[in-house]
Amino acid sequence: MSVFAIARLELLIARRNMWVATSVILMSLFTIVLTLAGGAPTGTLGVDPLIVAVSSITTLSVYLVPLIGLLLSFDAIAGETERGTLALSLTYPLSRAEILIGKFLAHFTVLAFAVAVGLALTATLTAWQHGAANLSFAPLLRLFFTSLALGSAFLGMGYTVSSLVRQPSVASGIVIVIWLVCVVLYDIGLLGALVSDNGGYFTKTVFPWLLVANPADAFRLINMPDTSVTVLTSGLSAAGSVSGINGQLASLFGWPLLALFCAWRALRKVEP
Amino acid sequence: MTTLAVENVSKNYGTLETVSNVSLSIEAGERVALLGHNGAGKTTLLRMILGLTPVVSGTIKVLGSNPGSRHSRASIGFLPESVAFHGALTGREQLRHFARLKSVPVHVADDLLDRVGLSNAADRKIRTYSKGMRQRIGLAQALLGQPKLALLDEPTSGLDPISRHEFYDIVEELAQSGTAVLLSSHALTELETRTDRIAIMSQGKLVADNSLVRLRQNAGLPIRVNVTTTAENVDVVAERLGGERINGCSILLTCQQDEKISKLSQITAFGEIIKDVDVTPGTLEELYRHYSVTESEGK
Repeated sequence: MSVFAIARLELLIARRNMWVATSVILMSLFTIVLTLAGGAPTGTLGVDPLIVAVSSITTLSVYLVPLIGLLLSFDAIAGETERGTLALSLTYPLSRAEILIGKFLAHFTVLAFAVAVGLALTATLTAWQHGAANLSFAPLLRLFFTSLALGSAFLGMGYTVSSLVRQPSVASGIVIVIWLVCVVLYDIGLLGALVSDNGGYFTKTVFPWLLVANPADAFRLINMPDTSVTVLTSGLSAAGSVSGINGQLASLFGWPLLALFCAWRALRKVEP
Repeated sequence: MTTLAVENVSKNYGTLETVSNVSLSIEAGERVALLGHNGAGKTTLLRMILGLTPVVSGTIKVLGSNPGSRHSRASIGFLPESVAFHGALTGREQLRHFARLKSVPVHVADDLLDRVGLSNAADRKIRTYSKGMRQRIGLAQALLGQPKLALLDEPTSGLDPISRHEFYDIVEELAQSGTAVLLSSHALTELETRTDRIAIMSQGKLVADNSLVRLRQNAGLPIRVNVTTTAENVDVVAERLGGERINGCSILLTCQQDEKISKLSQITAFGEIIKDVDVTPGTLEELYRHYSVTESEGK
């Protein structure tokens, strides 16, 4: 029951701190803009308007979902260590795993709510613009669940960092670096390697696996496999075919488990 | 069963020994004050009892269980020296949360808010609370679920004199209901009448552990007798009693416990010319200094 007590309190704090409002507004604003802007070219391309919207929202989510995940989690342990509430909580009859799971449940709920609101807006707007008859909602659902997996991975990374350092300010700096590396620098690095390799061994065998190893890229690959949108996704899906859907799923759902495991290991070592 | 049994416990950080071969036991219903300078090892000892810091050498048992075990944690109420509850929560929300963690019905939390005098502020955000009010929230959570052992680290810091008085009333009630109380404090005067036993730590060692009366006897601190007489007789009286004149009409004498009564009868023998007599035993401050200093000199 301690897990739910902690989740309950964290949700309350997230609501009071405006984290819920901030996440929802961020997701909503971007999805509305992308849905409306993405609606323009569908006439000439002749593809499902929802797929076009999903494809642009995927590109956005790769940046936004990890950011929200890290922002929700970086303070979780370090903040409590600094305030002294972690030491106090640990004198109560509950385990460190319960604390971690409770916090994760709360933050996961906030994330799921924000993503759900954003995608519901997309679906509503698209149906309103183009009529609901010819829309396929499967990509939207896929985007929803993979976003949660992506977000969970970064929640776990945030907790790990938060457990390893003692000050929330240091934790916030580190998570920003993690975000930059995972969603920006990693891809730039791969691109650089591709260019210098010029279609050799690296491009054919190593690159696809390196690409799918990053949860953000696995997320992109899963949500843009459709050949009808290759035009829009600059040929990224071609690289995805080597690792296949299983590799992508393994990366996307393996990372949250790995990150949460690391967080638990790190939290066990914290002497508050 | 002994509520808290600490036996030969030591703890060192690198070469710095913060707790050195400490043994201490507390029975149900006992109130023990733990005194010591900053860095004397009090907080480290409390943290080991709580299971926050591992016990490397020696043993600690809380009601027969190891520190940090679920059973021992469920039996302990702890008030940390400094804790900052989340400012975005109200006092009631924070306390109900702790009640849930301890599997105590939430109405108990509401009753405790009344008990510590926070019922009017219970639904305000903690960030608007004064230091004393935050301390009361801390105390209330330590009282949740009738703990068998209450560990209170500097419980009265930030409290005004009336709140301190109320605090010690609560401690007394706790002890009467069978809780063993271990509290650390710097405010020595208030402990004199409010605790059963005093343990003094100095440089990681337990240098004294006894009732106040026994500590006084063992220390052999002089008792001060302040005699007030009339201005014309003060020199005669001072000469006969062998005391020291401190102003126009009073004399300060010092004596040991066993001489006290004979000294007093000597004074009353003067009859009318004595206006007043004050007898002050060695204060806790003096005792504390005596035990801390003797130990460090003996080293």
